[in-house]
Amino acid sequence: MAMAWVWSGMVIVSLVFGLITGNLDAVSAAALEGAGSAVELGLSMAGVLCLWSGVMEVMNTSGLSAGLARAFRPLLRRLLPDASRDEETLAAVSANVSANLLGLGNAATPLGIQAARRMARGCGGAASGELCTLVVLNTASIQLIPATVGSLRSAMGSAAPFDILPAVWLSSVLSVTAGLAAVKLFSLAERRRP
Amino acid sequence: MSLSSLVVPLLLALVASYGLGRRVDVYAALTRGAAEGLTVLLRIVPALVGLLTAVSMLRASGAMECLSALWAPVLDLLGIPPETAPLMLVRPVSGSGALAVGSELMAAHGPDSYVGRVAAVMLGSTETTFYTIAVYFGAAGIHKTRYTIPAALTADLTGFIASALAVRLFFGT
Repeated sequence: MAMAWVWSGMVIVSLVFGLITGNLDAVSAAALEGAGSAVELGLSMAGVLCLWSGVMEVMNTSGLSAGLARAFRPLLRRLLPDASRDEETLAAVSANVSANLLGLGNAATPLGIQAARRMARGCGGAASGELCTLVVLNTASIQLIPATVGSLRSAMGSAAPFDILPAVWLSSVLSVTAGLAAVKLFSLAERRRP
Repeated sequence: MSLSSLVVPLLLALVASYGLGRRVDVYAALTRGAAEGLTVLLRIVPALVGLLTAVSMLRASGAMECLSALWAPVLDLLGIPPETAPLMLVRPVSGSGALAVGSELMAAHGPDSYVGRVAAVMLGSTETTFYTIAVYFGAAGIHKTRYTIPAALTADLTGFIASALAVRLFFGT
């Protein structure tokens, strides 16, 4: 339902602002143009998006995601020590992280949910500290090749759509680190409170 | 020829030879993935129709500029271009909405401009936070989310500041 309010809000604000500023002609034209450009944008993104989805699938079937999952195990064992005692949870979490890295959102979410379900057992509806960590890992995007953004840039006529990769990596690493540090700080603050 | 022209062909060649080395039918996998890409697109386009309509209306009515101007003092302080204010507001709530705002910013400023690049890096380095939290905790039966939301939003805000910083670092303004 949230999006229903957001969308209606945007349309109503546009109408009110258009009336006040006298831009109503432009608002009316923009509504129709916007709808048309959505389909155009979708079509011009299609090629590059499909190509990179294909490349990701090749990496996946070649066993690259399994290798990545193995590589992340030691790190995840330190990050989620309690959950890692359960071998199946650790397997699901590391597969979740590697699928996220390869941008396989459709594969990552079921794996993450499987891990979250196992971790939520016996905590009576309140998230454990480690479950918070898992969710923050998933809300902070970590992607090697952001295919959707790349295809958007190429659709908009960028000279080199993927030249932003190093900037995306740097920003992702900083944001994930900040998220994990925040989880740590909040849990310490909670423990100190009487 | 610049070094960055090497990245795409090299990556394609490396992935193909790695797959062949592991005796994988790379071509079948490629087309399977491409089909998956089409289903993603099929999900995005209807949402884009709704959201690009609304975003274009906001831009034309002058509300978008007003919003950016309102946030400008805070964002200037953080080193974030104020034009991206609408993107940061939509990003945690709706992925397609963020894509719509991002494409609108790139159309207005150019995909290779400072604002266009910052918007792209923001899109690439953050997630639809509230949607993800709802999906995970909904599936796991969690009602008390404790500090998950403030921690996740800390990560998002850091991502936004870092996006502007990284673009300045790699490309200048």
